[in-house]
Amino acid sequence: MPGALPIADAAPSDGALPSSVVVGAAERDFGVYVHVPFCRVRCGYCDFNTYTAEELRGAKRSDYASQAIAEIDLARDVLRRAELPHRPASTLFFGGGTPTMLPATDLTAMLAAVADTWGLAQDAEITTEANPDSVDAVYLRVLADAGFTRVSFGMQSAVPHVLATLERTHDPERVPLVVQWAREAGLEVSLDLIYGTPGESLDDWRTSLEHAIAQHPDHLSAYSLIVEDGTKLARQIRRGEVARPDEDLQADMYELADEVLEAAGYGWYEVSNWSRESSADVVEHRSRHNLAYWQGQDWWGIGPGAHSHVGGVRWWNVKHPAAYADRIGAGRSPGAGRETLDDETRRVESVLLGTRIRDGLVIAQLPSSARTAIAGLIGDGLVDGASAVRGTLVLTLRGRLLADAVVRRLLP
Amino acid sequence: MSPRALKALEPASTDPAFIRNFCIIAHIDHGKSTLADRMLQITGVVSDRDMRAQYLDRMDIERERGITIKSQAVRMPWELDGQTYALNMIDTPGHVDFTYEVSRSLAACEGAILLVDAAQGIEAQTLANLYLALDNDLTIIPVLNKIDLPAADPEKYIKEIVGLLGCTQEDILLVSGKTGVGVSELLDRATRLIPPPIGDPAAPARAMIFDSVYDSYRGVITYVRMIDGALKPREKIMMMSTKSAHEVLEIGVSAPEPTLTKGLGVGEVGYLITGVKDVRLSKVGDTVTSFTKPATVALKGYSEPMPMVFSGVYPIDGSDYPALREALDKLKLSDAALVYEPETSVALGFGFRCGFLGLLHLEIVTERLEREFGLDLIATAPSVIYQVTTDDKKTVTVTNPSEFPGGKIASVSEPVVKASILTPKDFVGTVMELCQGRRGTMQGMEYVGEDRVELHYTMPLGEIVFDFFDQLKSRTAGYASLDYEPTGDQDADLVKVDILLQGEAVDAFSAIVHRDKAYAYGVLMTERLKKLIPRQQFEVPIQAAIGARIIARESISAMRKDVLAKCYGGDITRKRKLLEKQKEGKKRMKMVGRVEVPQEAFIAALSGDTETKDKK
Repeated sequence: MPGALPIADAAPSDGALPSSVVVGAAERDFGVYVHVPFCRVRCGYCDFNTYTAEELRGAKRSDYASQAIAEIDLARDVLRRAELPHRPASTLFFGGGTPTMLPATDLTAMLAAVADTWGLAQDAEITTEANPDSVDAVYLRVLADAGFTRVSFGMQSAVPHVLATLERTHDPERVPLVVQWAREAGLEVSLDLIYGTPGESLDDWRTSLEHAIAQHPDHLSAYSLIVEDGTKLARQIRRGEVARPDEDLQADMYELADEVLEAAGYGWYEVSNWSRESSADVVEHRSRHNLAYWQGQDWWGIGPGAHSHVGGVRWWNVKHPAAYADRIGAGRSPGAGRETLDDETRRVESVLLGTRIRDGLVIAQLPSSARTAIAGLIGDGLVDGASAVRGTLVLTLRGRLLADAVVRRLLP
Repeated sequence: MSPRALKALEPASTDPAFIRNFCIIAHIDHGKSTLADRMLQITGVVSDRDMRAQYLDRMDIERERGITIKSQAVRMPWELDGQTYALNMIDTPGHVDFTYEVSRSLAACEGAILLVDAAQGIEAQTLANLYLALDNDLTIIPVLNKIDLPAADPEKYIKEIVGLLGCTQEDILLVSGKTGVGVSELLDRATRLIPPPIGDPAAPARAMIFDSVYDSYRGVITYVRMIDGALKPREKIMMMSTKSAHEVLEIGVSAPEPTLTKGLGVGEVGYLITGVKDVRLSKVGDTVTSFTKPATVALKGYSEPMPMVFSGVYPIDGSDYPALREALDKLKLSDAALVYEPETSVALGFGFRCGFLGLLHLEIVTERLEREFGLDLIATAPSVIYQVTTDDKKTVTVTNPSEFPGGKIASVSEPVVKASILTPKDFVGTVMELCQGRRGTMQGMEYVGEDRVELHYTMPLGEIVFDFFDQLKSRTAGYASLDYEPTGDQDADLVKVDILLQGEAVDAFSAIVHRDKAYAYGVLMTERLKKLIPRQQFEVPIQAAIGARIIARESISAMRKDVLAKCYGGDITRKRKLLEKQKEGKKRMKMVGRVEVPQEAFIAALSGDTETKDKK
């Protein structure tokens, strides 16, 4: 089942934003996220906001693109009424769920709506997530022709027993094929991996990493498996049917990933993300959409359960596709709750989020209490000393594994 | 059966010949309070309508635990052979911690009812108090109680009492405090057998304080037994130990509600109110005399209360420290034996080092603090008083392991007690094993009745305060009972074991133990803490040490991963709330050096509960 929404204020029915969001807007990128809340089956570890056909309670996948486009129209009106400056979308990301469960033409229609509404920046990054078994060469070609620049495949693992525990249905043999089709279509390729699955050994993980590298993707994400409350996996662990993931082994796996990926020419730019680097200064393969979350940029999240952030206001939509359809159908904002960040919360968030990225926090902009903690963090091997001397807080490998602890020490 | 007395004798002018002062000696749960209730009802001083169970026990905690902590006296009229008498029943505390108070209550009496549970027989404490009563030349009236119980075995315990007192079977009364059977006969027999008090009505007034109770409305209520002379309302009196003078604002008897009288005469039992607000000004055992015409010789037997057991008492929430201070200040008014002074612990913050008469006293005080003042408390392992002499011939009194001097130790002296353990004979082996394990030396052993044995040991008090009673109970299926009294001091090979987290001693876990047991204590505590302390960003060695020498070692490996993989779909709010929660959790941590230890871990380690390791 999907996880719960945060507890906060109610969102206004017209989605109106306060005038405060205008401050500094010109310096912030604007991106769009489109959530596609459909899956053929739910994987045992997953608590994302996604629904199988039986769970849709009358909502129809075939209606979804037009509903999302209706929210894009609403977004245009809200941003305009808030007197935000016109900003073309610098990134657009389709996530899920499984966006590629929709016909390719639905995705391209939504892309077109975004382009018509805000325009696309010259170098706009336009990504969709895809399951290896939900796309073929034609599908990918249609996306590329419509302007998509990037596809992120949910590879997760190359080892059959790991995929089976994760309840991923694709055949690992299919990954090289889809990567090849995507590349032929002119798309950049990212592969998503999961490590620390119960039963996965360090060697299994090495196998997965090597298979992934062999595809020469432009970008890789490696996420440790988190057992979320309410998932089937959590129940299996509670009943003792499946072993609880071992955090020490997960740490070994992260270190192995960093070692193997660095050796293959990938550099980390966020705790869980690596991109192909021809030299340390080349950043073109980083996912700018992913970075936008950590950098506090503005983005509008379209679709059920999607989260948005514009100028210090965070909000999120109703979760269920049927509830979403009702709101959109009634011409109301699908927003379910929101919070307006005060200055202190924004400072906390900038540390919380900025700590995770390689470009790092500018130490001079940190509160003095955080600055005094840095020497200790360097001493403990969590923060890179040389970068700190040059004025940026950058985590070491060990620091990345303990990033939340670093944040707690920076924010007493 | 005698009728109820129609007209009670007038206090202050009662002929001592018609006064009977007695107490009831009984083990906890043997039904003393229930029997007292029945006497109140039968003599008519409490109407059936007003009767409530355990009428004389005033504190909630007494009624709930079914034990008497503070004694009180009640005056009851009784008629025998056409003569009206005044019976003063003095309710005594039943526990070994309060031996001194018991001895003063006994000194106020001429007779004692020995009350024995007909299903359980005599317990060690009862024996101890019986010895005290015989020592005070009290007339003993043996009674088997609870004869209404299906499990009662009167014949067996009659034999036991006959063997003990050398009396005849007929001397033992069978009663049921619950149903009232035999209670009138008991009152008749008490009136007939207990001798009247003897004193000199013309001599300067001397009254012995046998109890002193703090009442938040009226101040201290002092319970006295007149020995010589008389005391009158408005009279100026003097406490002989302190020479402090007070005016008697009120004088009376408990019947059992306070009843004003024209005074108290020879042999009478009653109470005084002088308006003082602290029981320390009215000490149990002290002699009250007239200020204008004072006695020259105080009654014998007075001694200052001596704390035997010490423990650090800390609020679980550090902000409760002022409330704890206030609560102790209030409690002190009604508990002359309680002593305390501020203490600071790295692990537990600000608290108080408290001295108690014994373990039960400790338990009662902490429970009263928690219940009456709404505090959540943690108490450190109890300690006793050690005299530590260093090589340079300095002697230090140590009531807290943190006071144990460093450097070369010439000798350590510890308090020793004479312990009597009464146990069914089947458990003699396991009790002996336990006592030997606690450095006990057997002094003798005798049969009490057919199937119970009294074992005599001398044993360090430090061994008794550490979990001995619980062990005794659990190894004898709850049957054994314990009594002990201090007999002096002995030198012993004692060492201080420190528990170190990353090289820093955690004061709350330091203990003074015998050298032979230091290793076991070290292993126990290091293993316990390893289970309780969450992983840190670095490896944390946990060591047990005597001075600089490490005797046991464990380590908590460093936490290697503490990072969320991602924030789903840009849900930053959730991540920030998680951080706020983690920061809240961090606030509840205590820092030992650089190690963050949840307060719960200290508490669990002290209480031996290792089941609850807090996940981050």
